[in-house]
Amino acid sequence: MSEKEPLLKIRGIETHYGKIIALRGVDLDVHEGEIVTMIGANGAGKSTLMMTICGTPQASTGTIQYAGEEITRMPTHEIMRKSISQSPEGRRIFPRMTVLENLQMGAECAGHKDFSGDLKKVFDLFPRLKERQQQRGGTLSGGEQQMLAIARALMSRPRLLLLDEPSLGLAPIIVKQIFEAIAELNRSDGLTVFLVEQNAYHALKLAHRGYVMVNGAITMSGTGKELLAREDVKAAYLEGGRH
Amino acid sequence: MMAQNDSLFTASLKDAAAGGLIALALFGITLGMRADVAAGLGGQMVIDYRWGAVAIIVAIVFFGRLALNLFVWKSDKPVTQYFSTLKPKPGAGSKVGAFAKPALLVLAVALPFLLMSYYGASGSRRFLDLAILVTTYVMLGWGLNIVVGLAGLLDLGYVAFYAVGAYSYALLAHYFGFSFWICLPLAGILAAFWGITLGFPVLRLRGDYLAIVTLAFGEIIRVVLLNWYNFTGGPDGISGIPRPSFFGLEFERGENGFAAFFGLDYSSIHRIIFLYYLILIMALATNFVTMRLRRLPVGRAWEALREDEIACRSLGINTTNTKLTAFALGAMFGGFAGSFFATRQGFISPESFTFIESAVILAIVVLGGLGSQIGVVIAALVMIGGFELIREFEEYRMLVFGLLMVVIMVWKPRGLISTRTPSIALSGKARGISADLVQEGHG
Repeated sequence: MSEKEPLLKIRGIETHYGKIIALRGVDLDVHEGEIVTMIGANGAGKSTLMMTICGTPQASTGTIQYAGEEITRMPTHEIMRKSISQSPEGRRIFPRMTVLENLQMGAECAGHKDFSGDLKKVFDLFPRLKERQQQRGGTLSGGEQQMLAIARALMSRPRLLLLDEPSLGLAPIIVKQIFEAIAELNRSDGLTVFLVEQNAYHALKLAHRGYVMVNGAITMSGTGKELLAREDVKAAYLEGGRH
Repeated sequence: MMAQNDSLFTASLKDAAAGGLIALALFGITLGMRADVAAGLGGQMVIDYRWGAVAIIVAIVFFGRLALNLFVWKSDKPVTQYFSTLKPKPGAGSKVGAFAKPALLVLAVALPFLLMSYYGASGSRRFLDLAILVTTYVMLGWGLNIVVGLAGLLDLGYVAFYAVGAYSYALLAHYFGFSFWICLPLAGILAAFWGITLGFPVLRLRGDYLAIVTLAFGEIIRVVLLNWYNFTGGPDGISGIPRPSFFGLEFERGENGFAAFFGLDYSSIHRIIFLYYLILIMALATNFVTMRLRRLPVGRAWEALREDEIACRSLGINTTNTKLTAFALGAMFGGFAGSFFATRQGFISPESFTFIESAVILAIVVLGGLGSQIGVVIAALVMIGGFELIREFEEYRMLVFGLLMVVIMVWKPRGLISTRTPSIALSGKARGISADLVQEGHG
């Protein structure tokens, strides 16, 4: 896979919040059909990287290429219309709209080519959402809201799915369900996934490749298995239980 | 038991006495003495003493506080418990919308004929005028509902667009002699243009900041109208604004008038009825367009924008355009209503477009239930119609207004009709989802 140009190619990205530097020269590749994860502690800059890919905030230096096209300076809504889809941190579903309306919002940019077909697909993936389709988003449980956020992102038929901490605040069993769903999407549809996680053990087990971010820079990278086996990764991110 | 009651009474008495003393200290100065210019020559300052008034106030505070202490604050069984049972049950009122809509529509269409048959031509004029006023506010409420209720952008300066619409028509008619029917779309376009003009600088603002800027914008428009004397006539306003015609037929006595054409006896009520139907059609058009848009991508994007702007952007929605369309559309309907106002009144001045108008329209939208179309109608009926009917108590208008606000916010914090009908359902009819089912704090 490495001979082909990566689907998402990030080179030398630096991002600032005012005068504070959040990302210090990040290089990262995501190839078609891969699950790539980025792990790191709180405040390492994982979410900033995710947001920089989406164009809010924009990178101050460096380039981001998606499918060979430069997207570094594009406005967010244009980036998100390029078969990239994001499930944002903290889920950010529309609480007063129904599950169905939430999903419809996700499909908006796909142009409704086959709304009911796409709907069936996400309902097969997350049967709970089908039961609750007429319920307001805000009444769902945390796990269901996360499922809804992912399902909403899938409604635009993305090639690249960006997931920002899907395990945040969820019970281990729900985390497992959600990660299984991600693996399933990757296996059956060849969906490319870039996953930002604090839950290092699950994320590295799921991912083909992983990166470790410390203080705005990538310190380690390798296959998921390699990283899981490394002593320093274990010490920093996996001690104190396997979840 | 007796001793307990006794101590309760003493404690209450002490508390009430303290309250009375504070009242005495406060009102003794502010109310008890009044500086006045003595009558007659010299005009010396004298002080009026009004100890009677002070005594009444202090007595009210003392006994009021005593009663509250005994029966509410320190009592085991507060009387207020009884009132809380009067609160409507969750879900009540969600049926009201479905039932009230057709009933109100039929009533609105039949209203002139009902009034005419009951009160006769001269007697019904007063009520028709009131109906026109209420319908104008319904239309304004519906227009503002797009901005505030659907897109969630708090706009405190909505009256600016009403003013732009009114002045567009008045000025175009004054300087170019354009008729109402040509000016109506122009007024809408101009107001929409101003909506976008306001929209651009406030795109990045939300919540309180947005509210302040829109408030300022509303005042800017009014102050410009007030001070640009050569163009707008300033405080003198513009008079002699032409009346609308019915497909070229003027409402006047004589050969070419409306009455003569249809073989009716001339009556001034014809024009009033015509104006009533005109604003009714305009308002219904506003409602129709809004309801249609809610089911289109742009309308859904408004609602999604109200819920979560970041999520919207992550779904590829252009939030800039979405906000601007909401501002422009809301402003456009405000402009239509404004030019109607101008043609109905025949005279406009900046006095009609003060901040209080914005506040009233916003109150209609909020009390009715943000985003609820039927709620706006009910709120407008109560707030405008109700107040006009008790005109004799004009002084207490603001008092009742405030009381109504408090009562509604305690009873139904999300407005009278807080049910939201989903814009899409797979099986069967979309059911309204009552806001009471969820107790989230936000929104």
